[in-house]
Amino acid sequence: MKVMAQMAMVMNLDKCIGCHTCSVTCKQAWTNRTGTEYVWFNNVETRPGQGYPRTYEDQEEWKGGWELNKRGRLKLKAGGRFRKLATIFSNPKMPSIQDYYEPWTYDYSTLTDAPAQEHTPVARPKSLLSGKDMKVEWSSNWDDNLGGSKATGEHDPMLAKIGDKVKLEFEQTFMFYLPRICEHCLNPSCAASCPSGAIYKRSEDGIVLVDQDRCRGWRMCVSGCPYKKVYFNHRTGKAEKCTFCFPRIEVGLPTVCSETCVGRLRYIGLILYDADKVLAAAATEDEHGLYDAQREVFLDPNDPEIQREAERAGIPRDWVKAAQRSPIYALINRFEVALPLHPEYRTMPMVWYIPPLSPVVDVVRDTGEDAEDKGNLFAAIDALRIPIEYLAELFTAGEVEPVDRVLKKLAAMRSYMRDINMGRDPNGEIPAAVGMSEEEMYDMYRLLAIAKYDERYVIPPAHAEQAHALEEIATECAVSEYGGGQQGPFGEGSGALTPIAVENFQMLQERQTSDTLASPADKAARVNLLNWDGKGSPAGLFPPRPDGPGPVEDTGAPDTSDEGATGPGGTGGLTGGADHR
Amino acid sequence: MDVFLWVIVPYLCLAVFAVGHFWRYRYDKFGWTTRSSQLYEDRLLRWGSPLFHFGMLGVVGGHVIGLLVPRSWTAAVGIDDHLYHYIAVIGGLAAGVACVVGMVILIYRRRTVGPVFSATTVMDKVMYAFLFVVIVLGMWNTIAGSIFAIGGEYHYREGVSVWYRSFLAFQPDASLMAEAPPGFRLHAMTAFLLFALWPFTRLVHVFSAPVGYLTRPYIVYRSRDETAYSNRAPRRGWDRISQ
Repeated sequence: MKVMAQMAMVMNLDKCIGCHTCSVTCKQAWTNRTGTEYVWFNNVETRPGQGYPRTYEDQEEWKGGWELNKRGRLKLKAGGRFRKLATIFSNPKMPSIQDYYEPWTYDYSTLTDAPAQEHTPVARPKSLLSGKDMKVEWSSNWDDNLGGSKATGEHDPMLAKIGDKVKLEFEQTFMFYLPRICEHCLNPSCAASCPSGAIYKRSEDGIVLVDQDRCRGWRMCVSGCPYKKVYFNHRTGKAEKCTFCFPRIEVGLPTVCSETCVGRLRYIGLILYDADKVLAAAATEDEHGLYDAQREVFLDPNDPEIQREAERAGIPRDWVKAAQRSPIYALINRFEVALPLHPEYRTMPMVWYIPPLSPVVDVVRDTGEDAEDKGNLFAAIDALRIPIEYLAELFTAGEVEPVDRVLKKLAAMRSYMRDINMGRDPNGEIPAAVGMSEEEMYDMYRLLAIAKYDERYVIPPAHAEQAHALEEIATECAVSEYGGGQQGPFGEGSGALTPIAVENFQMLQERQTSDTLASPADKAARVNLLNWDGKGSPAGLFPPRPDGPGPVEDTGAPDTSDEGATGPGGTGGLTGGADHR
Repeated sequence: MDVFLWVIVPYLCLAVFAVGHFWRYRYDKFGWTTRSSQLYEDRLLRWGSPLFHFGMLGVVGGHVIGLLVPRSWTAAVGIDDHLYHYIAVIGGLAAGVACVVGMVILIYRRRTVGPVFSATTVMDKVMYAFLFVVIVLGMWNTIAGSIFAIGGEYHYREGVSVWYRSFLAFQPDASLMAEAPPGFRLHAMTAFLLFALWPFTRLVHVFSAPVGYLTRPYIVYRSRDETAYSNRAPRRGWDRISQ
């Protein structure tokens, strides 16, 4: 037995309102750069729907993840090592930018530059790749809230699996949201596909990262990941992926997507697992057995034997304690309500989901019946085969029984807690009907419905005695372009690493001492209103002054020797550079 | 003049090649990449890139045999000049044609596909120019020199190859190159200039050909406290006091 710790996440889909706050905050934190315009480490899909990139779940087309060969052993679906090297010059299964979407901006300056005319000027969409006019036809959540799903819904690979039964009931729509990040798998096929060995799994917390210094841009990880959660930065020529916000996790903070989640539906915690059993579990012959096989890989942190083994493996005591309090372990193995996303890809994903009961509740409520009555709900779960089968395609490789069981638990919780909240005697038969005790049911309610901050996130910080290893150079930094911002001879972002602390210092200094933040002098840039802090007047933002010599230029160019000189914005109080030296 | 052209310049280029790579690797690990543009465009690349790269592998292999293996060795294993010439021309033509066709497709793609063109750096353009000239001259030597014997028959294995081996052994004999036909001399000279340019272009990706992938375990585990993979010490986290 080899005990390892894994930082994992569970999302309670019943609470997701599809507001995309997680996606937006994640993007602002990690991928708000040229080269990563189309990169969404976190995205929220409306299901049924095609997902992002389009139809990524169709592995017959994309060949992501693992499969079993004739002898029952794991092999990469896209082919083994020799095949990878033979196709390295042109990856046959790499999604093109059109499968994601071509990023664009708008030509805002025409709104202000246009001469007086009869018609209102329009800001035309311009491609961020070629700079040319483009027609916006798709984006990361184009089919949000089933928008256009009459035309595109049938492309959903999961609907195709349940077959033509859907055509009838699709009229009485059901829908829910599926937020997705990197799964930080126990058996990551992206790492296995990487020819350079740049993608690694951190042995302390299992977070899967791309070493930016080792990545050579062979692109095999992009096609190797069945969830399509490794992206290619087209400016730096390197792969980037969700980092599980490791700088935050290391100091005990939840990821940005979790912290900002409006519905408070995300749970983060440790889980202990037996690394020796992972491959055997991933090679389980029957796809339907993969869910249970993965659960058996997880170890019970309350078992003294496991604790001893964990200590032997060098896992700190407080990490084992955190594993005991872990909401992840509780939801997966104690209450058994969390399910893995697409276990049939055999990567042993570690971001799990509690399937939504709301499609069922909605149907019962629409019929005018009591939607919190156990009998009604149970009957509805049995009757509503389409949503259940669809969920099963997502979470259990198509086996309905576990989804059925989870939904009945959620329905029972609803019904049981209603009695308590109405001041009636709790009915012990309800938990018993789903094989739970009253106490367990209440604990589950507390974790799912009350969801206190410190119960949702049980994140032991990395250890102080290891702090020397936590400086930025040991981690990775894809943002070195912020250091200078100029395009070097080897392309954007080339050059030595700059420690993040230095970068922040320099950015702050530059912002406070220069007038050119919004339109950097060294870069051909459009006016980016998001980055404009109200200082200065980037060319093209304002119309020319009638009395002036033309458009207001960046007069306060980075000539810091001219201490105290105020730009046209008159921000004299902040322009002094002296207080930084 | 011959000494300058065929001793000093080649060694200068070789030095820039070696030191340049060392420096680039130390200074710019992050920029050490293929800078693939497959994300932008796939249909042309699907043909052009494998044609060019596999052709190039053949061309490099041919050069290794032609330049490094002495005539006496091949004669010793029973390959006479005629047979050797036959093999070399057939193999060289096949690889060379694949390489040129691939390169033409790739250059056409780079110029006409908008996103690809705007992702092209100045260094890329210089590199493409040199690469194109070197390859075209090489093809010319194969076709004109070896097949049609324009400008008289020339046995490069008695001239260029011997010089090249003497160059690698640090006992260069410049007169051997001075006697070679202009096509060979031009090809060798532009190739050396390309070598000097090499470490500063995206061609560095040649040296990260991932052969280690064949033997390493599928999943790489790495500890957080392993700092050894960065051979640069972190820079100081403060700015030097100026003024």
